[in-house]
Amino acid sequence: MPPDTIPELVCPAGSLTALKTAVDHGADCVYIGFRDNTNARNFAGLNFDRAAAHEGLRYAHAAGKQVFVALNTNPPDAGWPRWQEAVDLAADLGADAVILSDPGLMQYAAQRHPHLRLHLSVQGSATNYEAINFYRQQFGVRRAVLPRVLSLAQVEHVRQHTEVDIEIFGFGSLCVMVEGRCALSSYVTGDSPNTSGVCSPARAVHWKQTPAGLESRLNEVLIDRYAAHENASYPTLCKGRFNVGEASYYAIEEPASLNTLELIPEFFRIGISAIKIEGRQRSPAYVAQVTRVWRQAIDACRANRNHYSIKPVWMDTLNSVAEGQQHTLGAYHRPWK
Amino acid sequence: MKLALGPLHYYWTHETVRQFYHDMADTPVDIVYLGETVCSRRHELRLADWLDIAHQLKQAGKEVILSSQVLLESESDLKTLRQIISHANDFTIEANDMGAVHLLSGKALFVAGPHLNLFNAHSLRLMASLGAKRWVTPLEMSGAQLAALQSHRPANMETEIFAWGRLPLAWSARCFTARAHNLPKDDCQFRCLDYPQGLLMNTREDKAFLVLNGIQTQSAHTHNLLPELDALHACQVDILRISPQPEHTRDIVALFRNAIDTTENPACRQQTPEAVNTLQALAAFAPQGLCNGYWYGQPGMAQQNTVQQNTVQRNAAQRNAAQGKQP
Repeated sequence: MPPDTIPELVCPAGSLTALKTAVDHGADCVYIGFRDNTNARNFAGLNFDRAAAHEGLRYAHAAGKQVFVALNTNPPDAGWPRWQEAVDLAADLGADAVILSDPGLMQYAAQRHPHLRLHLSVQGSATNYEAINFYRQQFGVRRAVLPRVLSLAQVEHVRQHTEVDIEIFGFGSLCVMVEGRCALSSYVTGDSPNTSGVCSPARAVHWKQTPAGLESRLNEVLIDRYAAHENASYPTLCKGRFNVGEASYYAIEEPASLNTLELIPEFFRIGISAIKIEGRQRSPAYVAQVTRVWRQAIDACRANRNHYSIKPVWMDTLNSVAEGQQHTLGAYHRPWK
Repeated sequence: MKLALGPLHYYWTHETVRQFYHDMADTPVDIVYLGETVCSRRHELRLADWLDIAHQLKQAGKEVILSSQVLLESESDLKTLRQIISHANDFTIEANDMGAVHLLSGKALFVAGPHLNLFNAHSLRLMASLGAKRWVTPLEMSGAQLAALQSHRPANMETEIFAWGRLPLAWSARCFTARAHNLPKDDCQFRCLDYPQGLLMNTREDKAFLVLNGIQTQSAHTHNLLPELDALHACQVDILRISPQPEHTRDIVALFRNAIDTTENPACRQQTPEAVNTLQALAAFAPQGLCNGYWYGQPGMAQQNTVQQNTVQRNAAQRNAAQGKQP
């Protein structure tokens, strides 16, 4: 791949409306999931049945855009047929790619649907090129989505040592742990991204106003407590305040969003194939705003990479929809670690 | 059923590590996993030191496995991995990342570690075809899921399960121990050395929750599957893994060995008082209490009551009643 490849913009859609919104606002690709635990955003009222997926694909293809289907949870043995059927359905619908993490499911997809394009999900935990080349050799994987744990130099190193296209996360909620290697959510609630396609599920969240402040709990575990002047955040369990020694602080991570607008020229230079926006659980309004900003930013960089600069309105827009209303470069920026 | 000592997750001084494995040589543990799996910055022991310990334990009759790092980020991490794998003729390697599987497949038999997310028979058959002789079940897998899978696991594939220790729940690029000291990861000053069993993280109402161990996050509670021995036997688990801790590991191994022997010998069955004593002794070795929820398909932090525990509670209640105490 030549280093001046223009990264595709890959946007999330939790509904047909969101998918159409993403296409209309400049997404090159939209990723979706089916309406069950075969994908890592298994939230009530979200996602696509067969008819909606069919219509979404028709809409995107008519506009010359692509649709990827995420099937990125690990099937338990007893549940295997559901995942197998989901792969078959995605192939049958004409999805442009499936995004997989389970090695067994990937082998099934490669053998049963040799023409179906396979992407390695971020849930596959491939943080190095030997792992990515494993998936390439075994299943012919064409693209790998990197976990949000590598520095920019490490991303570049991976990119230089594999033929597999590299997709990175550009914006959205930030996992501080290696995706696919975090069982914190199941430890507290019984459900995790690997097993159930959810993290810190809403069903386990409990808010309570107490004399000590507003408390957020996840299956009875106190995740945070807010004074009257503080903004409360969703109790994602790694983003609460905890006591370590004498200190009470965000011991794992602050409730902040990843925002890498300033790194776009670097993504061009490195030869990143695609930039992913997180947030299939978010509203069509979020998809519209974020997709529009990122389309403009990528186009601006494409037009003149050397004179790319971030427009304040882009940052304002993204900050207004960011988790915790803060943003970070995450692991791409070494001192974050 | 065999007993394995899993890889050491904590950062101890060279002398402490040497003494620990010296002490393990004459315990009834069958298999020992050696090596640094958590953080590439930890350098009290170099690979040559680990190999030295490996040879000593091999001479003591143990099966020695070299464990590889779970999170591989840099070329230097891969270089270390290749160095470990270059000893695959002498020792089996535990692959803890698909990068390791890639380098081992077709070249040497290996152990598929607990972080490869092998949840179904399709994944297991794939690993077997690449040379896995053993797999360690994912922490999140329930007993019912395991039983279903065991009925059609590949031939000649041994099954190992994490049976005792704080659960290694998550891995990150960020070092939480350095963060707790307001230090950057690249200048962590090796603070992990100050926490031989990790740095306890409580909730804001001071309930023990997790343990920060460098880039790894563990459960504060100790996962214990000893009360599930009958079920583990029934689904043909071959190996129980005990995770090293700074104190009492020797006693824990002895208690597990004794319990396994008792379970496997029908003449010794029904020795409930001994089982109760074993559980009480084990509970004393868990700094923040026990958990077993994953086995029951519950939140991992949950502690499901078992027959023996009920007996413990009943006996305690009877004692209290006899002494005129309220429970």
